[in-house]
Amino acid sequence: MIRDITIGQYYPTDSILHRLDPRVKLVGTILFIVSLFLFHSFYGYIAVTIFLASVIKLSKVPFRFIVKGLKAVVIILLFTVFFNLFLTPGEPIFQFGIIKITDEGLRSAGFMAIRLTYLILGSSLMTFTTTPNQLTDGLERLMRPLRHIKVPVHEIAMMMSIALRFIPILLEETDKIMKAQMARGADFESGGILKRAKSMIPLLVPLFVSAFRRANDLAMAMEARCYRGGEGRTKMKPLKYSGRDYISYLVLLIYLGAVITSRMLENLL
Amino acid sequence: MQLIFDHINYVYSRGTAYERHALKDISFSIKKGEFIGLIGHTGSGKSTLVQHMNGLVKATSGSIYFNGDDIYASDYKLRDLRSKIGLVFQYPEHQLFETTVFKDVIFGPNNLGLDRLEAELRAYEALKMVGIGDDLLDASPFELSGGQKRRVAIAGVLAMRPEVLILDEPTAGLDPKGRDGILEQIKKLHEESGITIILVTHSMEDIANYADRIFVMNRGELVMNQPTKEVFSRYKELEQMQLAAPQVTYVMNAIKERGINVPTDVTTVAEAKAEILKLFHRMG
Repeated sequence: MIRDITIGQYYPTDSILHRLDPRVKLVGTILFIVSLFLFHSFYGYIAVTIFLASVIKLSKVPFRFIVKGLKAVVIILLFTVFFNLFLTPGEPIFQFGIIKITDEGLRSAGFMAIRLTYLILGSSLMTFTTTPNQLTDGLERLMRPLRHIKVPVHEIAMMMSIALRFIPILLEETDKIMKAQMARGADFESGGILKRAKSMIPLLVPLFVSAFRRANDLAMAMEARCYRGGEGRTKMKPLKYSGRDYISYLVLLIYLGAVITSRMLENLL
Repeated sequence: MQLIFDHINYVYSRGTAYERHALKDISFSIKKGEFIGLIGHTGSGKSTLVQHMNGLVKATSGSIYFNGDDIYASDYKLRDLRSKIGLVFQYPEHQLFETTVFKDVIFGPNNLGLDRLEAELRAYEALKMVGIGDDLLDASPFELSGGQKRRVAIAGVLAMRPEVLILDEPTAGLDPKGRDGILEQIKKLHEESGITIILVTHSMEDIANYADRIFVMNRGELVMNQPTKEVFSRYKELEQMQLAAPQVTYVMNAIKERGINVPTDVTTVAEAKAEILKLFHRMG
């Protein structure tokens, strides 16, 4: 049941996107998110849709698998659409009692829905094509200049990779404990909120205990291998840009240029 | 037949890169009161198979019958099934959560909706069965030793009075004394109350000592389903599946190779002792 959550998962296959330097993907994702909020017109959407569609095609990740990730955020999406639809002031096109839908509301609800969907699709594409290790490596390298203002970059990256590494472990543990308690007749599904919250105790207590136990074991194992922070540490696989990475940066720049131009055209028209 | 598997298939994460055929066309039946040993190397599908037995995992195709009822029928209550087929997971002590030992064990009976007295009686009885004394009833389960925790966790399942008890590597990580203690109690339970036992283990000695029949799993397939001695006589095949026969079977085979006539289908130390003594008597 928990295995079905695909958002944030890595999808192992071999594509150009998988082989790209993680820094390119990180910068690309940030640029993509910025671009989503730059435009307001129909043409902007076309540009973004084409870009997203071609990146998805390049990634070789099945579209069905990507869409499954949206399921997890469908509630947030509905909320946003709901509030935009009913609470935007403007010219009403439909009115029933206190419920009214305005032209502006309809527009902004639609825009918001598309933007959020694209945002999730775009950023989950990054995690589908990048292993957590690559991701934190890339992040560490990108944030390196911050060391000069005394930001503990290596420590942050290490904490991130540990946290990411623990997600599947804890999910598996949750699944196991849940099954074990179900084997003892526990019921996690029925009843009111209070009863359900109470039924979580047999799940949460062992999960907490095991999380602490695992953290303790990991700290011990790191110390046993003389881990003492990032000072003077080298990488087994240092990140290095290759030709395709520079090309990707160029593509990203062109894309950004196109979106900014379409934005300026909007203002002119 | 108490439990019947009819052409069970199970596929993980269908349609993704993680897709895996974990169980392939598994069919078998188990009679009431049998002691079954389930072996197979890591990742062969043993744990997945036992999770099918009490409906925690639903098969992709095939049917399972318990006491004649189809457990996938829409009106079949899986919770009743789970109270009749007790499953003790690997490292069951990791599921302890209550403040006292007694409260933890009574969790199962309470979920069955029994009245207080009956639930308490069952919990107390289960703790006695696994050899936990009265002095530990009010202790926190987190203060106990590893072996004691394991016993408490097993009691938590026994307290539901299952008709079939499945144990997934109940002795992993225990010292020899704790291991023998737990297995002896399971054997006693099997003999006294006649419940069906399914024991998953990596120890061929344990299987030889206790099981009547052995299931061998390999890459998601049930490759052997025979009485204990017959399975261990095929130890050359077992070795190809990264399994083995009990040590003592190898000893007897080695003796035979030296030209001394002893039976090679011996699987326990006690049997080997009897056979060797017989040999000495014969030789005078």
